[in-house]
Amino acid sequence: MTAPKTMPRLAIEDLSAISLRDGNRPILRRVSLDVGLGEVHGLVGESGAGKSTIAKAILGIIPSQVRIAGGKIGFEGRDLLTLSGSALRAVLGRDIALVPQDPTTALNPSRRIDAQMTDGLRLKRGLSAKEARLRAHSLLEEVQIRDPDRVLASYPHQLSGGMRQRVLIAAAFGLEPKLVIADEPTTALDVTVQKQILRLIRALQERHGTSVLFVSHDLGVVAKICDRVTVLYMGKVVEQGATAAVLAAPRHAYTKALLAANPRYDRPDTGLEPTPPEVITALRAEIAAFDAGSGEARDG
Amino acid sequence: MADDLLVARGLVVSYGRRAAAPVLHDVDIRVGKGETVGIVGESGSGKTTLGRALLGLVQPTAGSIVFDGSDITAVDEHARRSLRRRMQMIFQDPMSSLNPRHTIGRILIEPLLLHGLADNRQAARALVHNVLDRVGLPRNAVDRYSFELSGGQRQRVGIARAVVLRPDFVLADEIVSGLDVSTQAQVLRLLKELTGEMHLALAFISHDLSVVRSICQRVVVMREGRVVEEGACERVFSAPQADYTRMLIDAIPLPVVDPGWLNRGSAADTSASA
Repeated sequence: MTAPKTMPRLAIEDLSAISLRDGNRPILRRVSLDVGLGEVHGLVGESGAGKSTIAKAILGIIPSQVRIAGGKIGFEGRDLLTLSGSALRAVLGRDIALVPQDPTTALNPSRRIDAQMTDGLRLKRGLSAKEARLRAHSLLEEVQIRDPDRVLASYPHQLSGGMRQRVLIAAAFGLEPKLVIADEPTTALDVTVQKQILRLIRALQERHGTSVLFVSHDLGVVAKICDRVTVLYMGKVVEQGATAAVLAAPRHAYTKALLAANPRYDRPDTGLEPTPPEVITALRAEIAAFDAGSGEARDG
Repeated sequence: MADDLLVARGLVVSYGRRAAAPVLHDVDIRVGKGETVGIVGESGSGKTTLGRALLGLVQPTAGSIVFDGSDITAVDEHARRSLRRRMQMIFQDPMSSLNPRHTIGRILIEPLLLHGLADNRQAARALVHNVLDRVGLPRNAVDRYSFELSGGQRQRVGIARAVVLRPDFVLADEIVSGLDVSTQAQVLRLLKELTGEMHLALAFISHDLSVVRSICQRVVVMREGRVVEEGACERVFSAPQADYTRMLIDAIPLPVVDPGWLNRGSAADTSASA
């Protein structure tokens, strides 16, 4: 097992959330997971499973129709859910950074890369304008951009999707955060570019000892970059463990079904098996039983 | 090998005045009757343009397209109209290809009346019920609007709209990207069954080689407007001949832990040019 030996960097305990718009429907059901020092932890599930709600809860950007109903997000011995706005802002960007899904909308289209990268370095790291510019330059070299000067002088639309994602990765890791939330960071990219970006995230993460919470819908991507994985269904953890163990011998029928639905180029006739209805029925029963029992569990 | 249904030779397409920089360079492609052919490539490979050219939605600057024995490269509007029933398309984003102000019933019934496959609304409605049953949508979907349906259901409507006209050829452009893997499996399985039952030829455009492997018999690999490799899926995926095909395949992450994978292979840093 690759369980963390020391106190984990991020420790989510019994995190619950409900949708206020939708009759207080639970969207996270007492989710617990931790991300160890220097660990990449995958968070997988289909749409609506609650992956991005967890990421948003960590980043303090829960939408107004969602309410956290219980639990803790422990980071460095503090519960992020109890921090004031200014205390949380001090942590975000400095200790926790985000690599977003869509590199196009995450960058301001009307500002040069230079300005966008140096902002964070000046505000969060206290560098002078000149120091920030030098640092931005070396960060772009670190993400294997060959001509950093040209990229720094560019507007986002002048760069390809892969280049924009490199810039965002450089910006995120450049703040030397302790934890990076990577929210589907390669979903919008071509497969060859995806591989380069995954390689880059892993290399930076190893070099700096960064912990990464890696949100993905793709078990293939998770297999290649995550040490451990948490599988979510309807806001509930259905399986959690070392990636190798979960993929080689999934214990939960839902994880098995997800793997079976995944097409594989190395095998014919794969990717044609939807989740069997009996698996869905059993899952829904499991969740109904959980919802019915969770009140007592909380008291006792 | 199946008889030819759609054969394009030497297709060149340029957009606007940029005749010097064509989007397609001298592309040959062949789809047999009842055959499913994958067209794969990364962004900018020209796969979508090729699909549009096959359907006559863009006019090639050179080359020919023969459909069921007739040259359709430059047919007039009248001939094009009768071809439209036989050559259908399923779009990537059913949300934007289904009129949000029309009920699903209207979306499916109107083409049947337009192409004369039903004499009246009642006959059309019966055909629509059959196709809804076949694609696994409830009959009362006829009274719903596209925005009331899930992504997977909308894609079923897109498939129903294409197959209700009993075409010979369907072009599907990235129709499962954005769907969850379980929904994707349902849609792929449905398509595979329909092509078999209806002896339908399908050109399946995708950036996802694994998906192509799951439903296509043959695959055409494109890069920068050219075909770099073509062949039976079984052969191309087990023994790719072009370096580019090998690189694409090596870049696909299989759901298997393989510590060496990230640093292996030539998806290497050809990278950092914009």
